[in-house]
Amino acid sequence: MAKDLCNTLADLKEDEALAIVQDRLNANADPLGILDDARRAMEIVGRRFAESKYFIPDLVYSGEILKRINEMVKPKLAKEGETKSGGKVIIGTVAGDIHDIGKDIVVFMLDVNGFEVLDLGVDVPAQKFIDKIKESGAPVVGLSGFLTLAFDSMKQTIDAMKDAGLRDKVKVMIGGGQITDEVVKYTGADAFGKDAMVGVSLAKKWAA
Amino acid sequence: MEKKWEEMTSDEKQEALFQKWISPEGAEFASAEAEKSYKERATRIKDAIQMKKLPDRVPIFVLPSFYPTTYGGITPQVAMYDYDKMYAAFKKFIVDFAPDGHLGAAVPGPGKFLDILDYKLYSWPGHGVAPEHSYQCNEGEYMKADEYDALIDDPSNFFSNTYLPRVFGALEPFQQLPTLTSILEIYGVAFNFIPYGLPPVQEAYKALFEAGAEVLKYAGVMGAFGKEITELGYPTIVAGFTKAPFDVIGDTLRGTRGVMTDMYRQPAKLLQALETMTPIMIKMGVGSAKAAGNPFIFIPLHKGADGFLSDEQYRKFYWPTLRRVMMGLIDEGAVPLPAAEGGYNTRLEIVQDLPKGKTCWIMDQTAMPKAKKTLGRVACLAGNMPSAMLDLGTPQQIKDYAKELIDSCAKGGGYIMSNGSFFDEAKPENIHAMMDFAKEYGVYK
Repeated sequence: MAKDLCNTLADLKEDEALAIVQDRLNANADPLGILDDARRAMEIVGRRFAESKYFIPDLVYSGEILKRINEMVKPKLAKEGETKSGGKVIIGTVAGDIHDIGKDIVVFMLDVNGFEVLDLGVDVPAQKFIDKIKESGAPVVGLSGFLTLAFDSMKQTIDAMKDAGLRDKVKVMIGGGQITDEVVKYTGADAFGKDAMVGVSLAKKWAA
Repeated sequence: MEKKWEEMTSDEKQEALFQKWISPEGAEFASAEAEKSYKERATRIKDAIQMKKLPDRVPIFVLPSFYPTTYGGITPQVAMYDYDKMYAAFKKFIVDFAPDGHLGAAVPGPGKFLDILDYKLYSWPGHGVAPEHSYQCNEGEYMKADEYDALIDDPSNFFSNTYLPRVFGALEPFQQLPTLTSILEIYGVAFNFIPYGLPPVQEAYKALFEAGAEVLKYAGVMGAFGKEITELGYPTIVAGFTKAPFDVIGDTLRGTRGVMTDMYRQPAKLLQALETMTPIMIKMGVGSAKAAGNPFIFIPLHKGADGFLSDEQYRKFYWPTLRRVMMGLIDEGAVPLPAAEGGYNTRLEIVQDLPKGKTCWIMDQTAMPKAKKTLGRVACLAGNMPSAMLDLGTPQQIKDYAKELIDSCAKGGGYIMSNGSFFDEAKPENIHAMMDFAKEYGVYK
């Protein structure tokens, strides 16, 4: 009986999960099927996190296992693009803030959900977001920031989108430890994600 | 005759360190009034912490981050580079607000020292972050996943020859330094010293000398500051700091992602490394307390906060070695001053396993009534005045909140009024409101 990759990964049994992936690749199984199981596993992980059954280390570790699975599966994919049907999302931590852990969790979750994530990194100036929106035509932008000082940077970044005539071409979500509805209003964003899973559903809604 | 230190019990050692702190050696107080105030303040804090007798009133701490710089009209960047301006700003802050316990001029730096050695672990105002912002940590794996054995086998060597060259750009050549424990006999002894002849290593030493000279200058100013503030009547509540071994690995060496992953992939190595760091962290704290004649050892707690670990992970990886560090400090008479950043609601039952009257916990966002009923039975609690309220709230809101805190925590002693998280922004009238209210309403009758 084939072991269940989805549950094994959701239970964070790394060695077992990687062995299953290897077995399936050896048997010439469809790599997209493997990624689909991994995606469902990450949804379970996200749900357990939302239910306080999992904590931050579980999210981080599941991301690390997933990275390894991706590395194993990637060479077998005919065309990378095939897995990225969910649309493009630009993500970055705004200028003045160099925190990346929260952002990286969102990037992972978007990635496994089939989005093509354009990760601009941390301390990203507004202009870099503008350039990337123009270049990629991505319909969704995610702004991350851990510190309260990020509120102003987010506002400036969104103002810059307005000035560049791009604001109505993109939906903007923001996220980070101190973000509330008040901050959404203050910055002029469209919504905020209290955790990575909310970020994924917003992106699904907007990029569909 | 006075008992020898080695013969004292931990209670006696604590009392001896408190007495040294209450009557600081060599202090020439500005006035009889200043001396009286100093002793009253220090005694008030001691009574709250020891939980043996009631203090005259609830003591008050004000624990800022960069707030004294903005209050004093300078940017954090200026405070990190101009020692005299830093001195003036922090003095103004302490004298104007007159708390019972203060942190001194707790600005990180000095900036010039960090510049000379090209410190990578943090960005600071004007160096990676804006001049008016606080410092930020640069997360990274400064110790690789496969380097646990190197750390465990020889932690000092790992720090000097591997870790320091990674976190200080100017010390990169120290990767070539010899292992000093190889220097054993006349045969071959000389060859160990070859690295010291290499030009890049010599350059690194030049940077080190320059950095050391700068810190000496800075330390002179800090020393004068500490002396003057004491002589004006204000006791400092930090002799030095140490850390939870898990945070040493998680903050400084492996980074958040690294330490979290290691709990799954190599738990035995992580546990062993935590053991390795435990006696080192005890010595670090005890040494500072004895040198300063001041019992308080600050312990910022980071990666054990609510949500950062599961209950099982906290019990397995975080608490055992943190408790041993605290017990090691307590045995030598020091008073651990842990600052539970974020929430500590899910940890209260676990951390109450401590002897009574030996620790003082600065709480950030933990629910205080529950904290009082658990940890508060054995430990003095401080804090929980929200720093956001000090910034955005009104004096009336502050007073209402302070009343709740005193009502739920101060009964029977063992509570110190204080802000929760260290703050950069506040309204001065809000800090005054907290002080004035606690002075009036917090009197024990």
